[in-house]
Amino acid sequence: MSANFVTVDGNEAAASVAHQTNEVIAIYPITPASPMGELSDVWSSQGRRNIFGTVPDVIEMQSEGGAAGAVHGALQAGALTTTFTASQGLLLMIPNMYKIAGELTPTVFHIAARTLATHALSIFGDHSDVMSVRQAGWAMLASNSVQEAQDLAMISHAATLRARVPFVHFFDGFRTSHEVSKIAQLSSEEIRAMIDDDLIQAHRRRAMDPDEPVLRGTAQNPDVFFQAREAANPFYDALPQIVTETMEQFAELTGRAYRLFDFAGAPDAERIIVMMGSGVGAAEQAVAKLAAAGEKVGLVKVRLYRPFDTAAFCQALPPSVQRIAVLDRTKEPGAVGEPLYQDVVTALVEQGRMASCPVVIGGRYGLSSKEFTPAMAARVLDELQADQPKQHFTIGITDDVTHLSLKWDPEFSTEEADVTRAVFYGLGSDGTVGASKNSVKIIGENTPMHAQGYFVYDSKKSGSVTVSHVRFSPRPIDSTYLIDRASFVACHQFHFLERIDVLAVAEAEATFLLNSPYGPDEVWDHLPREIQEQIIDKRLKFYVVDALKVARETDMGVRINTIMQTCFFALAGVLPREQAIEQIKETIRKTYGKRGESVLRRNFAAVDAALADLHEVTVPDTATSTEERLPPVAPDSSDFVKRITAMLLDGRGDLLPVSALPVDGTFPTNTAKVEKRSIAHEIPIWDPDICIECGLCVLVCPHAAIRSKAYPHASVNGVPEGFQSKPWKGKELPDHLMTIQVAPDDCTGCGVCVDVCPAKSKEAVKHKAINMEPKLEHLDRERENFDHFLEIPELDRTQAKIDSVKGSQLLLPLFEFSGACAGCGETPYLKLMSQLYGDRALIANATGCSSIYGGNLPTTPWSTNADGRGPTWANSLFEDNAEFGLGLRLAIDQKREYAEHLLRELAPVVGDDLVRDLLGSPQGDEEEIRKQRERVAALKQLLAQAPQPAAGKLAVIADVLVNRSVWIVGGDGWAYDIGFGGLDHALTAGRDVNILVLDTGVYSNTGGQASKATPRAAVAKFAANGKSAGKKDLGMLAVAYGNVYVAQIAMGSNPAQTVRAFREAESYPGPSLILAYSQCIAHGINMTTGMTHQKEIVQSGFWPLFRYDPREAHVGEHPFHLDSRKPTKRFKEMALQEARFAMLARTDPERAKELFELAQQDIDNRWHYYEQMAGVEREATHEFQEEEA
Amino acid sequence: MSVDLTTYYLGMQLKNPLGVAACAPLTGNLEMLRRLEEAGASIAVLPSLFEEQIEHEEAEFNRLFEYQTESFAEAITHFPVLQDYNTGPRDYLSHIEAAKQAVSIPIVGSLNGSSPGGWIRYAKMIEEAGADALELNIYFVPTDADMTAIDVERRYIDLVASVKQSVDLPLAVKIGPNFTCLPNFAQHLVAAGADGLVLFNRYVEADIDLDTLTMKPDLVLSNRHEARVPIRWIAILRDQLQASLAATSGVHRMQGAIKLLLAGADVTMMASILLMEGPERIRTMLQEMTAWLEENEYDSIEQLKGSMSRGNCPDPGTLERANYMKALTTYTVETSGPQST
Repeated sequence: MSANFVTVDGNEAAASVAHQTNEVIAIYPITPASPMGELSDVWSSQGRRNIFGTVPDVIEMQSEGGAAGAVHGALQAGALTTTFTASQGLLLMIPNMYKIAGELTPTVFHIAARTLATHALSIFGDHSDVMSVRQAGWAMLASNSVQEAQDLAMISHAATLRARVPFVHFFDGFRTSHEVSKIAQLSSEEIRAMIDDDLIQAHRRRAMDPDEPVLRGTAQNPDVFFQAREAANPFYDALPQIVTETMEQFAELTGRAYRLFDFAGAPDAERIIVMMGSGVGAAEQAVAKLAAAGEKVGLVKVRLYRPFDTAAFCQALPPSVQRIAVLDRTKEPGAVGEPLYQDVVTALVEQGRMASCPVVIGGRYGLSSKEFTPAMAARVLDELQADQPKQHFTIGITDDVTHLSLKWDPEFSTEEADVTRAVFYGLGSDGTVGASKNSVKIIGENTPMHAQGYFVYDSKKSGSVTVSHVRFSPRPIDSTYLIDRASFVACHQFHFLERIDVLAVAEAEATFLLNSPYGPDEVWDHLPREIQEQIIDKRLKFYVVDALKVARETDMGVRINTIMQTCFFALAGVLPREQAIEQIKETIRKTYGKRGESVLRRNFAAVDAALADLHEVTVPDTATSTEERLPPVAPDSSDFVKRITAMLLDGRGDLLPVSALPVDGTFPTNTAKVEKRSIAHEIPIWDPDICIECGLCVLVCPHAAIRSKAYPHASVNGVPEGFQSKPWKGKELPDHLMTIQVAPDDCTGCGVCVDVCPAKSKEAVKHKAINMEPKLEHLDRERENFDHFLEIPELDRTQAKIDSVKGSQLLLPLFEFSGACAGCGETPYLKLMSQLYGDRALIANATGCSSIYGGNLPTTPWSTNADGRGPTWANSLFEDNAEFGLGLRLAIDQKREYAEHLLRELAPVVGDDLVRDLLGSPQGDEEEIRKQRERVAALKQLLAQAPQPAAGKLAVIADVLVNRSVWIVGGDGWAYDIGFGGLDHALTAGRDVNILVLDTGVYSNTGGQASKATPRAAVAKFAANGKSAGKKDLGMLAVAYGNVYVAQIAMGSNPAQTVRAFREAESYPGPSLILAYSQCIAHGINMTTGMTHQKEIVQSGFWPLFRYDPREAHVGEHPFHLDSRKPTKRFKEMALQEARFAMLARTDPERAKELFELAQQDIDNRWHYYEQMAGVEREATHEFQEEEA
Repeated sequence: MSVDLTTYYLGMQLKNPLGVAACAPLTGNLEMLRRLEEAGASIAVLPSLFEEQIEHEEAEFNRLFEYQTESFAEAITHFPVLQDYNTGPRDYLSHIEAAKQAVSIPIVGSLNGSSPGGWIRYAKMIEEAGADALELNIYFVPTDADMTAIDVERRYIDLVASVKQSVDLPLAVKIGPNFTCLPNFAQHLVAAGADGLVLFNRYVEADIDLDTLTMKPDLVLSNRHEARVPIRWIAILRDQLQASLAATSGVHRMQGAIKLLLAGADVTMMASILLMEGPERIRTMLQEMTAWLEENEYDSIEQLKGSMSRGNCPDPGTLERANYMKALTTYTVETSGPQST
């Protein structure tokens, strides 16, 4: 039974078993389960076979509901079938899960358990999703670690075939699914031995077969349904024994023994915890420490949660147990207690154990991956000693509202001295996480030691900070919590010291490695005081390396990962230095080998050069710095920002008590501006002498970090030195100046603005009207300039020519400084929308990139103007966004109708003239909107004086008399796939909604899976060999309805058409659909040139620009306008500039040739069709003609 | 008795003196390569393997893969893991192997390196892939005013020496015409190990796009008058070098090829004319060449080769500058005068 040890994460551990034991895998990507499907797809695309000798068929469906349906069908036709999902995805599978269980069909769903969205979405782990299917008739097995994720996956697949009851096999999202750990790998022989061929044959024989026809899925009546439901009972009765026997078989094969309920702790335990999931590791450590100290404590680990075998549970309890604390990683408001607690109580009652164990308390922990530590487990056990232990407590938070929380002692620790604990702070872009993963692999797979890695990411897509927690131990590691006592701390970015307390986790006499541009003799004077003090107080061994210099010298760019990794191994001493370097190189060979020899050489050179630049710093006796860490927010921030947002930004959100948080998930907007991340190395600097005031740089800026403003000459006083301006050329604003200004701390340095700038110096062509320059050379001045710029009053919206590009860019963006990727192609559209309509917009945002950079705490880019108006934003779900947005419109229309009703009723109070004007005035432009707002203000004043009850009612909703602009926003994954049904319905409902599809042609947020918007020949996840099918023509599907305004736009190709499309869509009093081409990092392009690349996208016919306006669909009119010219470039010429296509041309030239030709035919055919469409006269019957008239 | 067209280049016997120069649409395509052989081509130089391009592609590929990876919890990566990215020189090396299988004429690998290690590394790979000879396509544009001509020449000479030490293949060196003292430089190249020189490289020169005010690389096909530069230098070098000489640039017509052979070329290499007129151009030229040789009573190409080298021609002074001045004067008079025809 000598095992092969591998270092994998929980997803890979489970997927490896699933892929080997199944024939069909139907999935839909969802965090944190996506990697299981992706790995399966990769393995199948590489021809990896299952234990039956075939390559599993992996199919990506349009939703989890679709995946479950396909699984159901495949099972009914007799294939061994599985899927992977989490959270909302699991909810969408529930209807089929009832069916699959009701039909006694063997299958296993592997779940990376994740929080369900309630007051907020969370991608992190808890059991709220799996607890929502506990009633569906499935067996449920809980894995508590990466090893178990593999082992119980195996046991599930084996047991389901015997039991005929389907299994949910679950493990904690992120904590287990993404933890990298050394495990004993199951061999194919072991897997083969666990699967009984006879049971597979039995499954096949039950399958639908016209040679032996059956009828399944009948509709039953009251006479038999009930009995039939009870007929399945024996299968559930038999299941615990089947699982027990399967576990025993597994133990014989592998030596790893599991039981339905496993006990750990003192044999004479009196106080125990019952729980399941990754928290078991922390609890077991606490129990072991306390038991060793003589305390009579224990832990029952629940593995088979459904069916809950009450007898087996009670047998697992030592007879000595008197008090039990049941920990649930979920919350059921209104329930007697959480589910596991209720099961335990029921089990004790049914098994007659309550007399000997009279105290059972339930508590909640770990929601959304909240830390659960041995200290917390110890506190729970301690609580059981109280005279009146707290019932329905919480642990891990401070509840100062309902006072349910237990306060724990953070000094309690089970960390052992012979375990290396290292914490690495890095940027996403510098490769720190990748290097940490490799370090774990090096130790895990090349030494007898055990290794564990867990990685924490922030929620930003640009300039994100990562923290890697790595342990090496002579024993298996079950520390399922973050490191707070590190023996090694590495800070891979010097500027973190200003903002992050990186040494808070350092234990006394730890080693501190800093990537520093300053050498050992000068670095001390550049450290903030807090860092100096901690180095001295904790007696840290302090080293510096100028990794960026080494990286530059070895052509590694900003990737300092291998350099820092080499220094870590040199200092940490977990391996002899030479051996470590050899292993690092071997790992580099494995990781980068396929990408080319030159890549390997550069990495090797970086490793070889690293140690020469590693120096120990002689630490002075006293702290000398007067510099302190920067405050997280400015002192003049709002109270909410100072109390709440600042804590989140400072990484201390865990310390916020319950009372600090909104009760219903409602947060203020306008907060991104307080988060000065200052991540750019270069920022754009304006040269007014060359500028032609086109507004393009402002339009395309993904982060609203370049602003333009026109203002009366006379309004400027006290201009800072260096603040630049020039006379506004347009006649509509005489005597105005204009300024283009960078927000230096909010710019990401993407350079898109400079790339699109058309104005070049006559003396030196490379010098444009806006140029990227080193930030540090300009920072102080530009900060002052930007502050001044903000103080200049905004232009009156009625004065700007907002139907032009440059005019629209004089409007204040109400979407600013998002955490989107540098060079993001989506955000400029949102920003434009916010400029044009943000002050009266309601936004329904589908889950995806736009909901993350739009609404992921700690801040939001959605902001307000000086009047406090701005977009109001909500995310419901992924799949329902069109319906959700339609609901917003329905409510507004109802409120409007009610307001009009009340207004008429109150005419005697308000006055007939005002009523008439309020109800009848047009609101087609900014001036008319302004006047309506004035009327509403006047109305409110009158209402405030009026005694009638109706006046109070009207006052609350009077603002709705100003036109609301409803925007339904999402990506192509939503619009083309999971939300298509709803989108289709919203288009046909005829209501005034504006649907903006930010079309990247791929699932961007979850890491580049193919959608139905993915173009033919593009390589994407689940289309590793290039997508075979063409992109769905969503625009034309909508055009077919006749009464939907449709526009297909590409800002970088035709900004004027983009502005026009937004104007037309919003003004159209019915459903509008805008398909906006959005470049994405998943295209594999240089994001700096993403906007100019759009020109080629359009020139090739790959993305034709058009508008279809039903208002022009009258007799003799041509409502379809083809706005781009006949293609002048071949598809291939354009495609080879994008890695998603070029990759295929390189890896499979023959297939690339075939698909490229088909893609060209797609373009040619579509263009021909569009040209014909442009000549079509149409008369569409639609319900808005009357309103128009 | 028919004329013997056999010639010798880099120690290899060629059936005639018409070869195909490095050119992707011609020698980079197996089907075209077969057609070229069928039409009579005696040797083919494959398109250059560009070290810089390979490494740039690898670096770009790697950069795109790593961009934004491990940065965001929901999207650890953005592309599927592929079994093989097919980066590096494998395509090129496979093409050598396929070319050797496809045709029986000698196949010359061509290499443009960018680092000292790269030249040697890729040269060995080309040798292992089965090429019959190696052409070093050296292209260095000095832009630093502090760099001297000696520095530049030293780079070439060191490079040739290092590659020569690493491979056993016959080695040709393709250079441009712009050296201060070409004969001396050529002598050093031969001393360093060059078995032959290929005269001359035609570089991709940058053009300016007036619409976008950007520099754009642009390769212009040669014209037949360009053969005059190699005629001069081959004639000058022939008697002074113990090395093979290949002529490229402007070989479009039989007459041009004959002239280059007369000057001393061992073989003439074509590309532009084949792109314009197709492989059959070789067959025509061979027929015309044979006819011309017979008409002028030559027995063999060997007899003809170098018979008008600087040492063998009756008026060597015409290869020098005075003659150039005279030609210019004549040309001006002829074209500007009212009596010109």
